[in-house]
Amino acid sequence: MSRLLLGVLAALLVVLVVASGSPAAPAATVPHRIVSLSPTATETLFAIGAGAQVVAVDDQSDYPKQAPHTSLSGYTPNVEAIAGYKPDLVVVYYDPSGLVKTLRGLGIRVLVQDAATTLDGAYAQMIALGRITGHLDSASRLVASMKARIKALVARGAPRARGLTVYHELGPDLYSATSSTFIGRVYSLFGLKNIADAADAGGTGYPKLSPEYLVSQSPDIVVLADIRCCAQTPRTVAARPGWSRVDAVRTGTVVMIDDSIASRWGPRIVNFVRAVAAALAHLRR
Amino acid sequence: MTPRLWLLAASLFLAVSLVVGSLVGPVHIGFVDALQSAVARVPFLHVSSPLSPTDEAILWDIRVPRVVVGALVGAMLATAGASYQGVFRNPLADPYLLGVAAGAGLGATLAVVYLRGVDFQNTLPPAAFVGGAAAVVAAYAIGRSAGAGPGGATLVLAGVTVAAFFTAVQTFVQQQHSDTIQEVYSWILGRLPSSGWRDVIILLPYAVVAITGILLHRRLLDVLSVGDEEAASLGVNVGHVRLAVVVCATVGTAAAVAVSGLIGFVGIIVPHAIRLVAGPSYRLLLPLSVLVGAGFLVLADVIARTALSPAELPIGVVTAFFGAPFFAIVLRTSRRMASS
Repeated sequence: MSRLLLGVLAALLVVLVVASGSPAAPAATVPHRIVSLSPTATETLFAIGAGAQVVAVDDQSDYPKQAPHTSLSGYTPNVEAIAGYKPDLVVVYYDPSGLVKTLRGLGIRVLVQDAATTLDGAYAQMIALGRITGHLDSASRLVASMKARIKALVARGAPRARGLTVYHELGPDLYSATSSTFIGRVYSLFGLKNIADAADAGGTGYPKLSPEYLVSQSPDIVVLADIRCCAQTPRTVAARPGWSRVDAVRTGTVVMIDDSIASRWGPRIVNFVRAVAAALAHLRR
Repeated sequence: MTPRLWLLAASLFLAVSLVVGSLVGPVHIGFVDALQSAVARVPFLHVSSPLSPTDEAILWDIRVPRVVVGALVGAMLATAGASYQGVFRNPLADPYLLGVAAGAGLGATLAVVYLRGVDFQNTLPPAAFVGGAAAVVAAYAIGRSAGAGPGGATLVLAGVTVAAFFTAVQTFVQQQHSDTIQEVYSWILGRLPSSGWRDVIILLPYAVVAITGILLHRRLLDVLSVGDEEAASLGVNVGHVRLAVVVCATVGTAAAVAVSGLIGFVGIIVPHAIRLVAGPSYRLLLPLSVLVGAGFLVLADVIARTALSPAELPIGVVTAFFGAPFFAIVLRTSRRMASS
């Protein structure tokens, strides 16, 4: 009796294994079970109308609200948990401990879109996502509209930016971003001088500035990209020792930008460009 | 050299460090101008400062308070390290031995993770202090319940156990909230804060009480160095002395860690370097540790803020980078001297 049961179980197991091991769908088909472990890709997928094909996004993907939020981690990914969503496409921006290889070994398509360092790189990623998800047209439209809006904002802002300096804050320990970073290039678009550039001997793009140096440079614009992580506001900044003499504090040109917008390279970068343009308009009123 | 000469030399070292620390930085401020600006701060003298308001703010609101915090933290860590080495008769004991660092690390992590939306520059120091103190209390309770071992060995083992546990919890919480790693990491590497005189005011009372408490026990620590039983036969309440010194060192270290993060090696290399040149007596070693520890950390911070100027290095990197090779040399030389 028990032998029969075992036999049946074994047979069932064989059937299951054969069924799940059936040849993978040809690579050209449009994915409809997408797992995004990249907050930037999540934003793009929803912006180009591929949101309905997304079955899970990682714990850092907090935008847009209707994305299927899960506790999947992009930093310390668990392959079993990801595979549990039976994805036909996984988008990552980072490949910790051979994740990509393992997923591909399971026959899952993986798209790696690491941090863009230029706007053109970011556009290319949006187009690539459009192509792979079958939304190439709307991706192209999105990119064209972003380019047009950024161009208009820069055209208005750049004349006002002449001779002005900017400090971009990533954390209250004065970690900053230079012009060689994605976010830093936005300031370069306007022609703003980035005070972090002189401090990046190591070439990391993200130097930790000396407080003395910062106060002595007295930047015209301070952009806080640490308002969510670290609760920084124009008020906390003005209360730092020596900062009451910084030009941006005196003119009230301390800009608050959501950390997540400033650390991604997705469609909302336009909002960031608009915030910089608004600060320039405020300064040259 | 007589003890008095050693103290004089160490005081001179500290004075030079303080002057260098106040004058050297990414922003150049000349010696004469700085001196004149200092004189201008003395009331009734009617001297005006030659510095611009910005340089004035850089010197007095940013640089000088940072030098003072550096001196307090350095003095605290070196003295706590020396006294731990004394009460546990363990040359490798450092101020973090009983789990202060792990506890403070957990407290800091919890503050950064669960008090989001609050400026963590305000919440991190008290949380780190409470965590550090809680770890040592836990270690002490475990060590006591297991019974006293020779030279406090049980207490040290309890400290190692508690530290491992707290570190595990900290890593777990951090893994769950990977977006906070940057802030916690930056604190773990150690940095002298830039929040001006506020940190001096926070740290000063703890440092003064703790260092005074330790210095009052310096003779008893010499007696303790001959062994628990011998010290007891000389009428010293060994458990009592150990507890008093450990409490002082822990409270002071927790306050220092809360303000400046985990700055390694100061608590080991400073006392050992002093032992090597001035002898092992705690009567001299402890006051020298106060002076030399303060001067050492002030100079280390000068390197931290000028080596990559106008970028900064975490000071913990500087102390370990210079501390580790220095410690290796001290070790070699002292072994050779002992064997010859």
